[in-house]
Amino acid sequence: MSKTIITVVGKDTVGIIAKVCTYLAENNINIEDISQTIIQGYFNMMMIVDTSSSKAQFSEMVTELEKIGEGLGVKIKCQHEEIFTKMHRI
Amino acid sequence: MINIFEVHETNKMIEQEKLDVRTITMGISLLDCIDSDLETLNNKIYEKITRLARNLVPVGNEIALEYGIPIVNKRISVTPIALVGASACKSPDDFVEIAKTLDKAATELGVNFLGGYSALVSKGMTPAEKNLILSIPKALSCTERVCSSVNIGSTKTGINMDAVKLMGETIKKTAEATKDIDSFGCAKLVVFCNAPDDNPFMAGAFHGVTEADAIINVGVSGPGVVKHALESVRGENFEVLCETVKKTAFKITRVGQLVAQRASEKLNVPFGIVDLSLAPTPSVGDSVAEILEEMGLESTGAPGTTAALALLNDQVKKGGVMASSFVGGLSGAFIPVSEDKGMIDAVNRGSLTIEKLEAMTCVCSVGLDMIAIPGKTPASSIAGIIADEAALGMVNQKTTAVRLIPVVGKDVGDSIDFGGLWGSAPIQQINTFDCSAFVNRGGRIPAPIHSFRN
Repeated sequence: MSKTIITVVGKDTVGIIAKVCTYLAENNINIEDISQTIIQGYFNMMMIVDTSSSKAQFSEMVTELEKIGEGLGVKIKCQHEEIFTKMHRI
Repeated sequence: MINIFEVHETNKMIEQEKLDVRTITMGISLLDCIDSDLETLNNKIYEKITRLARNLVPVGNEIALEYGIPIVNKRISVTPIALVGASACKSPDDFVEIAKTLDKAATELGVNFLGGYSALVSKGMTPAEKNLILSIPKALSCTERVCSSVNIGSTKTGINMDAVKLMGETIKKTAEATKDIDSFGCAKLVVFCNAPDDNPFMAGAFHGVTEADAIINVGVSGPGVVKHALESVRGENFEVLCETVKKTAFKITRVGQLVAQRASEKLNVPFGIVDLSLAPTPSVGDSVAEILEEMGLESTGAPGTTAALALLNDQVKKGGVMASSFVGGLSGAFIPVSEDKGMIDAVNRGSLTIEKLEAMTCVCSVGLDMIAIPGKTPASSIAGIIADEAALGMVNQKTTAVRLIPVVGKDVGDSIDFGGLWGSAPIQQINTFDCSAFVNRGGRIPAPIHSFRN
């Protein structure tokens, strides 16, 4: 239940990972995996994070990261991992 | 472990192809509220609904945030009010008081709609059921969120033609009672044959008497996702086409199942069913008609439309059934006219007539849905259309329904616009030959034979 997927989609700019990671570190959220690629011309990054000892509530994390994304001109989303595992794994 | 392409695929479905959870519907039994005093009954109904569904809207919003998927509607369905009010209501106006109570509860909770202002009269009508039906025009014109449905036939009982005739008149009166808003009241009224007990979709949702005290049912959606998936297999054979629909339906339904389980846990109310229906909306790219056209039809209504819809409906079920532990409700492809951009365009183009829609209802999940017809249409013709549709359901052992809007003061060439999910529709021509001598006969059409099926 505590695994969350953070996705960043948009134009690649300097400091995206740094800003997101700083926020996560400040809130005691551990990053388990990072991958990035270009899909249909857009920069895509995905992080799998563990929020079990997070200082921030899930809803706070969603809005805070959304704000950080707006500042960078990219879209940042946080979703519980289950929506992806349910859809893509039997 | 989940990979970036899978994550991207899911989010693309949500953001670009309009995948959403159409509704979380809480079914609530009102049988234990029954009282012979109308005021006491109203108090008990209000108390029970607001107590059980207190957290429905906040929980729906929380889940939407957790998974990053829109949950468009939060709704409530209740035990058919004709049963609940039978001992307290002596007149149609008494039933209207219950409708007002339901509306008040729905407004208080912030739910979009509340269904169950219903009567199940497939074989016969009690005086209370008749009073409820007579109260529908007033009930729907003085409430905002209450939805009404009447079951007038089934495969097991045949068709109650007295009720069919009465519903023809009721639809006309509802249109008249709401003529200031293009007869919008009729959009909240469905006439069923073989109505399911656990349908989460409006306007036909009610909480059947076979159900538990409270239950969570979820309706998913996603015509846009299916259409998009089919774009990648243009020109391929039917095997590939069917496999693609099936796989997509599986993915869509898994989301519904997840949301249903989560809502059930959070609300501490048992999970009932996931309804697999592909529910369109009037926005571009969220249309069942566009799926049929993507399969290779120039315009919905062209020859081949019924076959295309039949295969779509069947593959959606085949994919969905594996994705959920309990499937129920209506589960198929909805073909409302006003709520589907592609359907509206097809009608405007002249390729989709009410007769072709009738044929399509033999293989789709429900029936003649959200069709605007001339306001001058006589009640007997509406009853005749209801009888035709009910006959299809009765003989083919499927749910069929009629939701027609005889728009007062409008005729073929005019159109209506209800806005939002209700959409807009051109007034459609219907057959104007008379059937009153048929509907006025009275009595019942017997249940069909279950052998010698041809």
